[in-house]
Amino acid sequence: MGNEQSIEHMSDVMSRFTSYIGKRLPTDVKKKQAELRKKEKNPMAIEIYDTMAENQEAADKLDRPSCQDTGVIQYFLKVGAKFPLIGELEEILRAATLGATERGPLRHNAVETFDEKNTGTNTGSNIPWLDWEILPNEDTAEIEVYMAGGGCTLPGHAKVLMPGQGYEGVADFVFDVITSRGVNACPPLLVGVGVSTSVETAARLSKKAILRPVDTSNPNANAALMEELLEEGLNEVGIGPQGLTGDNTVMGVNIESSARHPSTIGVAVSTGCWAHRRGTIIFNADLSYEVISHEGVTL
Amino acid sequence: MKKILTTPITDEALADLNVGDIVYLTGHLVTCRDVAHRRLIELKQQLPVDVRGGAIFHAGPIVREKDDGSFEMVSIGPTTSMRMEKFERQFIQETGVKMIIGKGGMGEETAAGCLENNAVHAVFPGGCAVVAATKVEAIEAAEWRDLGMPETLWVNRVKEFGPLIISIDTKGNNIFEENKKTFNERKGAILERIHEKVKFIK
Repeated sequence: MGNEQSIEHMSDVMSRFTSYIGKRLPTDVKKKQAELRKKEKNPMAIEIYDTMAENQEAADKLDRPSCQDTGVIQYFLKVGAKFPLIGELEEILRAATLGATERGPLRHNAVETFDEKNTGTNTGSNIPWLDWEILPNEDTAEIEVYMAGGGCTLPGHAKVLMPGQGYEGVADFVFDVITSRGVNACPPLLVGVGVSTSVETAARLSKKAILRPVDTSNPNANAALMEELLEEGLNEVGIGPQGLTGDNTVMGVNIESSARHPSTIGVAVSTGCWAHRRGTIIFNADLSYEVISHEGVTL
Repeated sequence: MKKILTTPITDEALADLNVGDIVYLTGHLVTCRDVAHRRLIELKQQLPVDVRGGAIFHAGPIVREKDDGSFEMVSIGPTTSMRMEKFERQFIQETGVKMIIGKGGMGEETAAGCLENNAVHAVFPGGCAVVAATKVEAIEAAEWRDLGMPETLWVNRVKEFGPLIISIDTKGNNIFEENKKTFNERKGAILERIHEKVKFIK
């Protein structure tokens, strides 16, 4: 393939993939929801779980976005420095967003700030949002697509605690955010927690945390323990699907962390709604690709 | 048996409803969210659709415009109702709307508005936008299109639109506010237990 053709090919694949993930949930999320439905005893919650399942079947069959809020499109990239189209990726992903907007169709969700005009294309200043990680000796590109809907973006919160507040303060913060604002964010939620040094580092990590599959654990034993304690504890609060009470609150709690300044504990929470539209695709240097997040995909 | 409300909705039809009841709606349902509320209340512009006795939906759908100029409802689920809390009491008062459908709870002001004007707030399960779209028979009008696709007032003819879970009734009961109290009561003991196990700073 020539360079032009390569760009066109990758844009087309990414446009199809972006549109696809708005219609079908990742395999791990689907599995988790079936599990939660099975455990549920509250009749109203069961009715809601069943409507959710009916909705996903209808979205698949009718080939439509399962939730009308197809979000602001965000791409989280882990790109090898030797990936041949590294310099063209921004252009490719912009084209992919435009393409998916037509193909989906996706809702028009890019409003230029201060001008306060909806662009009508899902593209705008720095949108789609790109988050870059460069892998020095690799030649592949792993791309996570995330549709950040308004409802599950609203609870987002970050704060810097004093060390005296400790991890106890981290737990308090997570519970406060979820019980006050998570209720309206379409639970059962996937809760992402960033524990780090300042607001922006914690916020970024909290978003990375909800891109991790639902049932994975942090490799650090203490962090993994905290994930488990928060998950159990939040479930015990019993917020239930749609916040109307039930036996569970969350699909899971994922923590991502970095080292911190000795004087600060930066903490942030990001939430993913039950319609957690996330997808992972890996491109090789020859632009062959594999979808990791969804089983049995044909794009 | 399904309880079905039909627009225009009468006070009698709502009088027996209690929080937690599940109903369905047949008739007209108009999408109305952030900017439409702001235009009516703050900018004093008249709503271009008469919703007296009617129902509004806090929603910003995906709509496909067909070649003949008509519209197809692709996907329409509720948006977070709490964003409209600031305006809703006055909105109910001024428009005479009887049913507000959305996602999640609303606050004290909306509950007061419902009590004063015999109106209700109901939840359609969030994220279930294709199920909802299949209950829309036709889009009959589109107003304030300058606001873009999500914020346009889409006038939908719906049939047995639901399930709608009553979250604020005409008596002013508010299921989300009641639940919140329960959640906050449970929280304290759970956190105390967690605190004991996360003393990683030693």
